[in-house]
Amino acid sequence: MKGLAGFAFVIAGLAAAGGASAQTRTVRIATEGAYAPYNFTAAGGKLDGFEIDLANELCARMKAKCEIVQQDWDGIIPALQAGKYDAIMAGMNITAKRREVIEFSAPYVRETNGFGAAKDSPLAKLPDIARFDLGADEAATKKLVESMKPTLKGKTVGVQGSTIHANFMDKYFKDTLDIREYKTTEQHDLDLLAGRIDAIFASNAAERATFEKPDFKDYGLVGPKFVGDVFGVGVGVGMRKNEPELKKSFDDAIAAVKADGTLKTLSMKWFKADNVPQG
Amino acid sequence: MDFAFLGSTWLTLLSGLPLTLKLASGAVSCGFVLALAVAAMRVSGSRLLSGPAQAFVFAFRGTPLLVQVFLIYYGLGQFRPFLQEWGLWPFFRDAYWCALLALSLNTAAYSGEIIRGAIGSVPAGQIEAARACGMGRLTAARRIIGPIALRQALPAYSNEIISMVKATSLASIITLMEVTFIAQKLISQTFRAVEIFVCAGSIYLLVNVAITRAVWALEWWLSPHLRARPREPAALEAAHA
Repeated sequence: MKGLAGFAFVIAGLAAAGGASAQTRTVRIATEGAYAPYNFTAAGGKLDGFEIDLANELCARMKAKCEIVQQDWDGIIPALQAGKYDAIMAGMNITAKRREVIEFSAPYVRETNGFGAAKDSPLAKLPDIARFDLGADEAATKKLVESMKPTLKGKTVGVQGSTIHANFMDKYFKDTLDIREYKTTEQHDLDLLAGRIDAIFASNAAERATFEKPDFKDYGLVGPKFVGDVFGVGVGVGMRKNEPELKKSFDDAIAAVKADGTLKTLSMKWFKADNVPQG
Repeated sequence: MDFAFLGSTWLTLLSGLPLTLKLASGAVSCGFVLALAVAAMRVSGSRLLSGPAQAFVFAFRGTPLLVQVFLIYYGLGQFRPFLQEWGLWPFFRDAYWCALLALSLNTAAYSGEIIRGAIGSVPAGQIEAARACGMGRLTAARRIIGPIALRQALPAYSNEIISMVKATSLASIITLMEVTFIAQKLISQTFRAVEIFVCAGSIYLLVNVAITRAVWALEWWLSPHLRARPREPAALEAAHA
């Protein structure tokens, strides 16, 4: 079946390149399935989440048949390059570093990132800033980071490896914190609960989804909520370079769901907030 | 081929080697002591002793090491209140000790069977001969069964040591920064999976070559009776002809 689908895609690609309009083509989209509410594996083993809903919406507008496959996060870009699938929708932020190797669509989500910790943890004393743009004012960023260091000194923080959150830690708090890298956010959540780490650092949406669970009732978001710089311009669809046709269809479809309010509806449904990127 | 990149990658990966070696040697040592106990229980002839040993081997040989690492680290992590009460939490809090425990128990199960098999393969005639010479059970075990079983076990046991070196890569899933963990981190920074895994693989390969050589040397030293006799000098043979 996989072979057939790939064949259909090649045929469709050829037809599109030839100027003919392809009726249905198959686009294989990879997601991680462990990053609620973006994408996660529901109780029955079925993939669910914001990006699963969005992928189906986008595909309907692209007039394409979509196949969503699951792929571990740390191999998600290499497998795209190896042609295992055609696109990534896995809460992947558009960053300069990733842009060097893959192409991105226009962003479909932009949201804040920050620490999550026990409500009575010393980290709860960090300044609560609703939205701090790291890229806006270098001096202000430096001042804020320095002011946070005494509170964070010697604490252990969990992040998912190969993410913008890991990059943020390496760039700003490498010498201050003991940074532990996990394969998935679910694993650092478990270790936060077990008390092996003092805090986690992830996207606020993912943290909210975690802290909604009854086990985590004593935990919450703490400290400033960051955007900009290492966090890029938002989450987009990742694709191989040199596939302008596919990029254009995704860009058009994203513009369409943005214009007709579908994106906002999905954002409210999954994030309980309007995370639609502006502009 | 970008040799400068390969070189710098290799050096970066080497920084994880001490942890890899520490885990492998720790697990093999602890595992060996446990394996001796498991083997002794298995050959004891007492059902009370051999039953639990058999169950232990069955459980740890029959489940994937990945699952064992996960269960010991994340699974036991959920029983923190109990572990704290028993004073065991400082041990289980640390990913290193969890990894070492999982690897040791796993290798103990396999090695226990290797040792039991080796003891079982000592010819009955040789044990009888030892007894006939007036050796007690312990003396016979020390002077006859032990050395013969050791020679029998070595080839299979070297396999087990090599497996353990490779199995340490699973520690990367519980945040330990050994060779594979660093390799994955480098891949996430550069997206050059092939070159980086080739470098990581070559490090494991080198370690295992060294281990294989060491075991060969030990085997050679332990089996002088199997070596070919030194040849007579050729000139002498010619003179006799």
